[in-house]
Amino acid sequence: MATAPGKKPVHDERLTDISWLHRAMRRPELGAVGGLIVVILFFAATASATMFSVAGIMTVLRPAAELGIMSVTAALLMIGGEFDLSIGSMVAFAGLIFGVLLVNLHLPMILAVLGTLIMAGLFGALNGQLVIRTKLPSFIVTLAFLFILRGLSLVGLKLATGGNTILSGVAPAGKPGFADHLFSGDTLTGLFSWLTAHGMIATLPNGKPSVHGVPISVVWFVTITALATWVLLRTRFGNWIFASGGDANAARNSGVPVNRVKTILFVCTALSAALVAIITSLDTASTDALRGLQMEFEAIIAAVIGGCLLTGGYGSAIGAFFGALIFGTVEIGLTYTNFDSDWFQVFLGAMLLIAVMFNNAVRRRVTGER
Amino acid sequence: MSDLPLIEVRDLRKQFGHVIALAGVSLRVHAGEVLCLLGDNGAGKSTLIKTLSGVHKPTEGEFLAEGKSVAFASPRDALDAGIATVYQDLAMIPLMSITRNFFMGREPAKGVWPFKRVDFRSCDDIVHDEMRRIGIDVRDPTQAVGTLSGGERQCVAIARAVYFGAKVLILDEPTSALGVAQTSMVLKYINQVRAKGLGVIFITHNVRHAYAVGDRFTVLNRGRTIADAAKREIGIDELQTLMAGGKELQEVSAELAGMV
Repeated sequence: MATAPGKKPVHDERLTDISWLHRAMRRPELGAVGGLIVVILFFAATASATMFSVAGIMTVLRPAAELGIMSVTAALLMIGGEFDLSIGSMVAFAGLIFGVLLVNLHLPMILAVLGTLIMAGLFGALNGQLVIRTKLPSFIVTLAFLFILRGLSLVGLKLATGGNTILSGVAPAGKPGFADHLFSGDTLTGLFSWLTAHGMIATLPNGKPSVHGVPISVVWFVTITALATWVLLRTRFGNWIFASGGDANAARNSGVPVNRVKTILFVCTALSAALVAIITSLDTASTDALRGLQMEFEAIIAAVIGGCLLTGGYGSAIGAFFGALIFGTVEIGLTYTNFDSDWFQVFLGAMLLIAVMFNNAVRRRVTGER
Repeated sequence: MSDLPLIEVRDLRKQFGHVIALAGVSLRVHAGEVLCLLGDNGAGKSTLIKTLSGVHKPTEGEFLAEGKSVAFASPRDALDAGIATVYQDLAMIPLMSITRNFFMGREPAKGVWPFKRVDFRSCDDIVHDEMRRIGIDVRDPTQAVGTLSGGERQCVAIARAVYFGAKVLILDEPTSALGVAQTSMVLKYINQVRAKGLGVIFITHNVRHAYAVGDRFTVLNRGRTIADAAKREIGIDELQTLMAGGKELQEVSAELAGMV
């Protein structure tokens, strides 16, 4: 399109000529933003107004953030050309490790968190190394770990609790410290009580504010998305991610350390799953063997809705952010409507299908595939 | 043209187990010279390129870069010595932007860790300028490489090697998959690169393309140099004959009334 003969612009500053619309069309997250708008409009029309109150929005954001933390790293890994199907099971497994360190071994919060992250990181590195060394598709290798980790979580929980598959009492011992505030509770509580005092947030019948603050998971979600986007678009490592997923061979020929990039990305997906495990365990003061069930698929679907290609080399972290928001909005939003909330699954599949078809069309446009 | 060749190999041999891929190849390329390396399939062109670019180590023979004996352990070493190879598959990623491809693996980073970043906007400007210099109108360096024509892609790959300081360019069949207009674009660019004082090793099996830009011609057959001549010493028909190893092609050529 740029080189149609006889149509060359004469002046020199052509860089600014590309229309805003054309640029927007080329962004991978376009579909997800559009999808979110459609979904919000749908619920604006069908759901009760409380869904769009501050309290309602926080209810939507919490599950969206928990999924989103994982979908952003899953998106990076997909752009890098690999899948990680083990992250859902990793949530249960990391929850188990965290629970045992905190409850059974009575470690301080900070050590329990570090221990959990290190363990998860090691499994991520193992996934990556297995994929690289065996040259098997990551789909298969991590599918194996989907079962291995889920099984280990069940067995481990029974060992740790003497037969149960739920470990309760996962809460900081004594007065919450700095580490506790990083992984549990709400933030901006001051702002929220101020807003309540000024009548901008509804109060419960007993006079307390209906919502205390922004869940900490939302803060992590936004921070991780911002960080991932910066890395992807503004750093060498980001360029290497695109290159590794676009064509690993070409990348290697150009001096990109493809194996290192992929291993780091596998470690990141495992770490994000562990982070979700820590946050949700503290949130519910327990961990169980079914934590994170099917979240690997939801994370991948959110990434795909966000514009990631299944073949790698293309996508965005912001797209996965919006993909996760769509998820949370629909999952929670349905409970504010008269629809059966089990429509969620139907929606999920349909959304995935539409997203993949849309992405393929966009790819053809972007690459000028003829 | 300086007298010291940028690359000189003498009686280069390469064996893979029992297979003798190169059985004594000699060639020289000077600054500001296009050396065309001709040979039919299986003549040893690929092995020779890979040896020159540091992928393979020669079994025997001399390999001099600017008069000094060298032994490359990896393609990186060859690159550091100023020998850049543009492979047939180009090492380009269609989904990535021209700029991101151009700087792939050599992104200029600034700032201190952990805030090290790449200024892709100024990279876009560099790419835009570099491409305009060679007469390719890249309207938008952020557009994906996949939207470029084959000839343009080839030129981007060559421009990338030149920009990163290559003294010798090894071009592996750069025109083999291109149409007429695209081919002339690439040949024109090879001409420009020579004018800049780089040495070019142009691998092809198309004698016409070779004769259009070549200063010297080295013909390989069955792992050996069978001819090495300057342009004034050899004609296009003679080259064709040498390259095809004689009779067969001439017969075909006669049948097709000189169309090959």
